[in-house]
Amino acid sequence: MADEQTDTADPAGDAEEPAAAPVDENRNVIVESFREHLGDAVVDAEVQPGQDVWVRVRSDAWRNAAEVARNALGARYFCFLSVIDWLPSPYGRSMDASVDLELARLAGEEPAPPSTELAHGVAGGETQFQLLARVADVGTPGGFWGVTLKADVDDSLTIDSWVPVYAGADWHEREAWEMFGVTFAGHPGLRHMYLPSDFEGHPMRKRFPLLARMVKPWPGIVDVEPMPGEDDAGDAAGDADGSGTTSEEAES
Amino acid sequence: MTAVTDRQKLQYITARAADARVNVELETEGMTLNIGPQHPATHGTLRIVARLDGEQVIAAEPVAGYMHRGYEKIAEVRTYAQVTTLVNRIDWLGSFANEVPFILAAERLMEVEAPPRAMWIRTILFEMSRIANLILFLGDMGVQLGAITPVFFAFRDREYVLDQIERVTGGRFHPNFDRIGGVKDDLPKGWLEDTKAVMEKVRSFCDEIEDLLMGSEVFQQRTRGIGIIPPDVALQYGLSGANARASGIDWDLRRDNCIGLAYPEVDWKVWTHPDGDSFARFWVRLQEVREASRIIDQLADGVPSGPIMAKVPRIIKVPAGEAWISTENPLGEMGYYVVSQGDLTPFRLKIRSASFNNISITPWLLRGVYVPDIVTILASLYFILGDIDR
Repeated sequence: MADEQTDTADPAGDAEEPAAAPVDENRNVIVESFREHLGDAVVDAEVQPGQDVWVRVRSDAWRNAAEVARNALGARYFCFLSVIDWLPSPYGRSMDASVDLELARLAGEEPAPPSTELAHGVAGGETQFQLLARVADVGTPGGFWGVTLKADVDDSLTIDSWVPVYAGADWHEREAWEMFGVTFAGHPGLRHMYLPSDFEGHPMRKRFPLLARMVKPWPGIVDVEPMPGEDDAGDAAGDADGSGTTSEEAES
Repeated sequence: MTAVTDRQKLQYITARAADARVNVELETEGMTLNIGPQHPATHGTLRIVARLDGEQVIAAEPVAGYMHRGYEKIAEVRTYAQVTTLVNRIDWLGSFANEVPFILAAERLMEVEAPPRAMWIRTILFEMSRIANLILFLGDMGVQLGAITPVFFAFRDREYVLDQIERVTGGRFHPNFDRIGGVKDDLPKGWLEDTKAVMEKVRSFCDEIEDLLMGSEVFQQRTRGIGIIPPDVALQYGLSGANARASGIDWDLRRDNCIGLAYPEVDWKVWTHPDGDSFARFWVRLQEVREASRIIDQLADGVPSGPIMAKVPRIIKVPAGEAWISTENPLGEMGYYVVSQGDLTPFRLKIRSASFNNISITPWLLRGVYVPDIVTILASLYFILGDIDR
C-alpha cells in the first residue's frame, strides 16, 4: 500500500504559458513526430501556442495515426473519439434571440435560405463528416501532453476502427456509428448504445430535426408569460399550439 | 508498477484455480443473469447482462442508454449560458464540477479570463463538489458489502457540505453558478469560517469510515485482489481519475494541466496506489477526500479580494474556433470539445464524461469473476448513470 508523493510544481512542458510566447516548442515537436512517421498522410496541423495541438490525417491513415500516437509517441491514454457534422446549422445565428428562423416563419417572414457551404474549423477539412479523437500521454508528472487527431470521412462513411489499437474506442465508435452513421471497419460489434435497436436515423446529424425545437422555438424567451393586459403581444411567436411540455423537458 | 500487479494477479489466480477446476469437471450449463436496469448495485439504470458458468462470469455486457438525454444535441440549440443548466445534470452528485470545464472552454474561445477571486471561488466549489460526490461513494461501498452503517454517516456528513454549497449558490444539487468570465455571486459573510469547520467534519468522517471499513476483515477479503486493472489496460480504456491512480498511474489534471483554477497556489499531493484492485480504488478516493478538504482549508485562507466577474458582453457570442478543456472531476477526466462558429449557440459540443470510459472496461474486467464480486467491482469503479448516458 505504498503511496507515491509527487510535488505539485507545474511542469514546464504543458501548463498554460504566458501569452507572450508565440512559439510552442513541445507542441511543434508533436506535429513534427507525426509528420516523420506518417509522411504526407498528415494533411494539416495546427498549434495554438500554450494551448493545444491538432493533427489532421488522411482517412486511409486513420488507424496508422493511432498506432503512431500510441506506440511511437507514447500517448497510451485514449480520451475520446467522436464525429463533427459540418453541415451549417440554422440555429443560433441571429443576434436577437426572438428572431429565430422558426419564429420568423411563424411571423410570416421568408427567411434567407440556409447556406450549404461547409465551414471547417481548426486544421481544415473537406468533407461533411469529420472524425475527431483525442489521445494523451499521462503518468509521468511533468510529461503530460495531449493531441487532437482529425480525419475526413468520405462519402462511403466508412473508416478504420481504432479498437485494435485502443480497446476503449469500442464504445465511442458504437456511439459515433449510432449518432452519425459512420461505420468503423474492423469494429467487433457495432450495436446501438443508447437508442432502441429499431431506431431509424442518426440523431446527431444536422439534418436530423430536433423535434422539441420545432415545437417550441427558443426556450427561455418565448415561454415568458405576458403581463396582464398585453395578451396579444408575443402570442404569434409564443406557445401557439399550446403544447407546453416538450420531450426534452420531461426529464428532470 | 506492473510487477506488483502481476503478483496480485498470481494470488488471484492461484486462489481460484481449484474452484475453476471443479467447474470444468462439472461442465455446468451456462445461464444468463440480468442485473438491472433497476438494481441497488447499479446506482440508477445500468443493466448488466452476464453469462454465467456456475458462479463465474464468462461474459458480461453493460447495457447503457436508459437515461440518455441527448445533451450534445440539445446544446446545439441552447445559448452558452443555458448549456450550464444542462451539463449540471451529467454527474449529478458533483454538479458544479461539470460546469467548470465547459465555461473554461468558452472562456478560452472568447479570450476572457476570470478574475483571481472568481478563480478561487470556483476552485473551492469545485473541491466541495468533489467531497460531496466522493463521500457518497465511501458510504455506498460499504452497503455493497453488507455494511449498512457507513452510508448513513455519509448522508449525514454530505449534508454539511451541501449546505455550504447551497449558501453560496442557492442550489444543493444543481448550482448553475459558473458564468463565462466569473461566477454569479460573491461568497456570503462568514462562509469561509463555516466551511473550514465543515472540513473538520469531513476529515473526521474519513477517519470514521477508515475505522468502520478498512480494518474489517470482510471488507479486506471482498476487495483485496478483486477486480485488478493493470495500468496499461486502464490507459487503453481511457480510465481516468481515481480509477487510474489506483492502478498506479501518477496523473492528475489538477497538477499536470491546470487551466483557470487555483491549484498551483496550494500545497497538496496526488495519491496513487500500486495494486489496481477494488481496495485500491476505495483507498485512493478516501485519501482524495482528505486532500480536498486540505485544499479547501488552504484556499479559504487566501481568497484574494477583487471583482468576481470579468468584462463580458451581455449577449454572449463566442468567436469561431475549437477548444478542448478537461478538468479532474470527482469521477475522472471530464472535458468538453466546443466547436463554435461565432454564434449564440455551440455548433457542436462533445461531452467527454469520465464514467463512460470508466464503465466501458467492465466487459474486460468482469470476465472470470464471481457473481458477488460483480457488485463490489462495479461499486469500486464508481460511476454515475447520468455521466455515462449524458
